[in-house]
Amino acid sequence: MTFDDLLERQSTELARQQSLEERILCCTAAGCVSCGADSLKKAVSEEIKTQGLEGKVEVCGTGCLGLCSRGPLAVTSKSRKMYGELKAADAKALVSRDEASQAELEPRRVDLDAPFFREQKRIVLANSGRVDPEKLDDYIAAGGYQALAKAVGEMTPREVIEEIKTAGLRGRGGAGYPTGLKWELVAKQPAQNKFVVCNADEGDPGAFMDRSVLEGDPHRVLEGMAIAGYAVGAQQGYIYVRGEYTLAIERLKNAIRQAERERLLGNHIFETGFQFRIDLRIGAGAFVCGEETALIASIEGKRGQPRQRPPYPPESGVWGAPTLINNVETFANIAPIIENGGAWFAAIGSAGSKGTKVFALAGNIKNTGLIEVPMGMSLRRILFDIGGGIPGGRAFKAAQTGGPSGGCIPEEHLDTPVDYESLAKIGSIMGSGGLIVMDDTSCMVDVARYFMEFCMDESCGKCIPCRAGTVQMHEILTRITRGEAQQADFDMLEELSALLRDASLCGLGQTAPNPVMSTIRYFRHEYQAHIEESRCPAGHCEITGSAGLQPGLPGEAHA
Amino acid sequence: MSRHQYSGDALIEVLHTAQELYGFLSPELLRTIAKKLKLPPSRVLGVASFYHFFTMKPKGEHTFVVCTGTACYVAGAAGLVETLEKRCAKVGQTSKDGKVSVVTARCIGSCGLAPAVVYDGSILARVKPDRILRELENIGVK
Repeated sequence: MTFDDLLERQSTELARQQSLEERILCCTAAGCVSCGADSLKKAVSEEIKTQGLEGKVEVCGTGCLGLCSRGPLAVTSKSRKMYGELKAADAKALVSRDEASQAELEPRRVDLDAPFFREQKRIVLANSGRVDPEKLDDYIAAGGYQALAKAVGEMTPREVIEEIKTAGLRGRGGAGYPTGLKWELVAKQPAQNKFVVCNADEGDPGAFMDRSVLEGDPHRVLEGMAIAGYAVGAQQGYIYVRGEYTLAIERLKNAIRQAERERLLGNHIFETGFQFRIDLRIGAGAFVCGEETALIASIEGKRGQPRQRPPYPPESGVWGAPTLINNVETFANIAPIIENGGAWFAAIGSAGSKGTKVFALAGNIKNTGLIEVPMGMSLRRILFDIGGGIPGGRAFKAAQTGGPSGGCIPEEHLDTPVDYESLAKIGSIMGSGGLIVMDDTSCMVDVARYFMEFCMDESCGKCIPCRAGTVQMHEILTRITRGEAQQADFDMLEELSALLRDASLCGLGQTAPNPVMSTIRYFRHEYQAHIEESRCPAGHCEITGSAGLQPGLPGEAHA
Repeated sequence: MSRHQYSGDALIEVLHTAQELYGFLSPELLRTIAKKLKLPPSRVLGVASFYHFFTMKPKGEHTFVVCTGTACYVAGAAGLVETLEKRCAKVGQTSKDGKVSVVTARCIGSCGLAPAVVYDGSILARVKPDRILRELENIGVK
């Protein structure tokens, strides 16, 4: 395929879509599928036949429409109306061209001008709700693969990297390393064999951004990886995706097949000398594999244990070759940057953090779902304007970002702008985008215990600070939540936190104490209430001990 | 295995397929895989036991996977686990009659539906303990 072929296919498909009276896009992301989106879509397509509207009305699946709490959702692309809580029985009204029948859906109409939609800025998720993830033509109609054509046809690898550097894009996996610099490091390596790896091992509990991107717009990720391959000089890419994400795996396989058939991947891409292949590697349920060296070990078919760095993967990664590892969302940002230029991207966001960030809103919040906002928006606006606030008249207590490596943000910091630096300053991290809201019925000590349990289970066992330290910390936290701990336990908890942070081999152990440290920082009084008064202020914990009576020796809680 | 040219690098892919076909990874199966891929059996067992996804025990007729991700935890996943443990088996085990396996997952990424349970491959949303009891009744577990 040449660039001209691509443009022709785009205009053909666009003309076809124009000629339709209506396109009904049903959300087929995991959230909606689990509450019946598939049967809705089937009913709609049957209804189109029944009403004899073939060729006039079309139904397609599409990526996450965002407002998961009201699923199954569907949107009409011509009249721009969105409906929620749909059932198969609603297909008739949805398909009908008659306004009177459509009116019965009106009570379930979702207001597209509501703050939830208005305040968002969609770059990564631009195609969710517009494109059918299973149809390549749909992606091409939305301008897909033009960035790749531009990169390999008109730009040198050097220019591609410069563009990414100008954009100021930073890694969306959590740590925020500048993407352009990373690409440059890999590009500089003289080796013949290089690899591009997409880290889709989204393990943080409460995070489903990458999953939605892979399910909703798989071609975008493939395109981003191919551009990266061109820029750094790699011929082979791997997507390391969680085994739990069956739908994402299916869509990726399908997308890779389509792209190979059209020569958008493989040899002579856009009739140049550039070749690039992408293979899937399916994870098998190990959180630590999100760490880059563990991920590499897992791609090689070994136990996913991290190793000492340096050498960093840009020097020595998969099978010892220079390897570029980026997160799904990072790759999804590449095509728009190449298409619109780095300066366009750099104009969005805050001083140190450019562009947008996708968040998965969950927990005690009204509008659970997937959102994308410009960097630097305040947490208050995200949670209360977009998220719709706390349901059931309860009070906000804390927001948790960054999963088990992150921290809890209390009410006093709600006006903090959400970017890499500001979040680090208040003891949390950006993380990959999980944003979990807790109301006043959540006990912060128990939340810390929950995350420590997670880290304890997921510790790979290679280094001692993490393997033994997480067990000890979990034990102390369990005792605190039961009201059986003493002050000495609390001091030990703080000491262990520092030890794990300083002495662990990889990020898992180093950041495991973060939830503990941040809850101690902002909710020390809750710890004190458990220890001194054997009382849980949130009324969440089952207190079995009484203050000062139990000796609280290590090991007792496990008996 | 031939699809991966009997390469040791593809061990994880091979284990995935084997588990899909046989339901679980028996010691004999692991030994066969080691032999065919020309890997030491210790390496195969090491990999199989490292990842949560692989199981070396036969599964029950039905499986309940309770998501214990943060959102589900906040929404009451612990109560669901408790219900299942009381009625069937401890987490990670199968009930004595071989009917039900109880598993927990780290996060299935359906946080908008919290608390979520995957029952024989399909997701149940906003589950309350009585929903689980109903499903158990349907399959004849008392």
